[in-house]
Amino acid sequence: MKTTHTKMHDTPFVIAGKSFSNRFLLGTGKFKNKIDLAESILASETEIVTVALRRIDLERHEENILEYIPSNVTLLTNTSGARTAKEAIRIARLAKESGYGNWVKIEVINDSKYLLPDNNETIAATEVLAAEGFVVLPYMYPDLYAARALVKAGAASIMPLGSLIGSNQGLKAKEFIKILIQEIKDVPIIVDAGIGSPSQAAQAMEMGADAVLVNTAVATAGDPATLAKSFSMAVAAGRLAYLSKLPQQKDIATASSPLTGFLYE
Amino acid sequence: MFTLTEIQSALNNNDPHFIEQLAQKAKTIKEQFFGRTIALYAPLYLSNYCSSYCTYCGFHSHNRIKRFKLTQKEMHQEMNFLAKQGIENILLLTGESYNVTPLSYLKEAVSVAKQYFSNISIEVHPMDENDYKELFVAGVDGVTVYQETYDRVRYAQVHVSGQKADYDYRYGTPARAAKAGIRNISIGILLGLADVAQDLFALYSHLHDMEKDYPGVEYSLSFPRFKTIKGEDFAQSYVDDKTFIKIICLTRILFPRVGINLSTRESAQLRNNILELGITKISAGSNTSVGGYTLKTPEEQDPQFDVEDHRSIDEVIKLLKKRNLDPVLTDWRRIELE
Repeated sequence: MKTTHTKMHDTPFVIAGKSFSNRFLLGTGKFKNKIDLAESILASETEIVTVALRRIDLERHEENILEYIPSNVTLLTNTSGARTAKEAIRIARLAKESGYGNWVKIEVINDSKYLLPDNNETIAATEVLAAEGFVVLPYMYPDLYAARALVKAGAASIMPLGSLIGSNQGLKAKEFIKILIQEIKDVPIIVDAGIGSPSQAAQAMEMGADAVLVNTAVATAGDPATLAKSFSMAVAAGRLAYLSKLPQQKDIATASSPLTGFLYE
Repeated sequence: MFTLTEIQSALNNNDPHFIEQLAQKAKTIKEQFFGRTIALYAPLYLSNYCSSYCTYCGFHSHNRIKRFKLTQKEMHQEMNFLAKQGIENILLLTGESYNVTPLSYLKEAVSVAKQYFSNISIEVHPMDENDYKELFVAGVDGVTVYQETYDRVRYAQVHVSGQKADYDYRYGTPARAAKAGIRNISIGILLGLADVAQDLFALYSHLHDMEKDYPGVEYSLSFPRFKTIKGEDFAQSYVDDKTFIKIICLTRILFPRVGINLSTRESAQLRNNILELGITKISAGSNTSVGGYTLKTPEEQDPQFDVEDHRSIDEVIKLLKKRNLDPVLTDWRRIELE
């Protein structure tokens, strides 16, 4: 039988005017070696990777992590280590001065136990850096007011956490991320942190997230490259499901064939 | 939180199956929170002058050792030696002498260290908050201060005189450092000084309180065990390997994100075996004498403790890679706040 189904058309994934064809982002921490990282980037075909500025060894002895990142991949320097807006701003400027471009993921964390982001400080840093011409992607706690404020401050995307960093707990913040997806239309929403398995990444995409960032799960897998590829596929699959207008889960049963249709026959 | 009884029962339980389970859990947690990474650091002793009399220490004021303090030129020489081998995390140590190594001397050392290292920690005499503020501005990222024991009676017995005899001032030191803005704070107990379970419980409580009051600080813990000094025995009791490993594992399970440091007090063999059980930072290529890296011959040296693991930094890096662990030399970039 010949089908008439044409290929699903997706809208491009655009951040600050730059288009990407892959909606899976990879973090570069915690890998056991840099070869694993390089292979994970290639296998997943990710186009955006985050690197903590504090892990880039500019002048010294350590192998430079950047040598393992292909030049066609967009580098998103993160401000890991910043405890205040002031420190995040300083780190972002340092990254730019050091030649790592103006894409920055703002991470302001002042709690070493839970590593939860400080939304207030994040908004303050975003405002300053966006005004300076940085492409700012803030990592945030999924709070609607904060998300609105970030957009207003000039964020190019917002990155709500799925659950605690490195926890592999998945979409614990699901209901709140859903609200952001419904309400924040001006910038893409990238679910970041806590995504522990490809099925969780797919779920975030099915909900309508624009992209997913993963680090720990890939870095600590037995075979990081294979898992990275799997994540990338899951993100693509989740996106397709979203575009297909996936029927939503319902709390009550609904019959596949209406029971009262006869009334209108 | 664990209760004291639970800690006691874990430390008393020598069932191999139980210890193995602890180790497996600790390994899983370590990998989840830190990945397969191990940070490296080296200690650098600036001075062995000390005005405190602590019965177990090689530097104590009554000990007839040659006292020595690095000049600025000597600091450069020693630091250059370590930096050339790839060390980025430096721990600067002194004995506890407020007169010979005052704040001004420490600031001088930090300003020299900044030229060589990306992360600077100090293990020196406890100070007031304002002094820590000055050191923070000067470039200090971390402060290490061990209570040694939380048993007040035992504390008084072994810390006979000098500022260190003041239990409460020492106990309040991590809080003063945190208030001053210091990012990394390392606390610990000297295993073998008093009842291990009680000290461990008190240390955990201290850490727990610090985490609540100063959540932005990155904490780490150390569990030095008594060692001989030039072959001489200073210990009151010994903590065996089994207990030591249980302490590392329990700590990892209870405080998943807290760093655990391991020095070259421990043997190469033990260090190899516990690398994956929760340790996050190890020293390598260490010398514990003032001027020990480049200035003094082994015969001239008066170490604070005898190093057990004599492997060079390069050898340790190679071993880590072979074990599929990523040796992390830099994890910090200093940011000067205008």
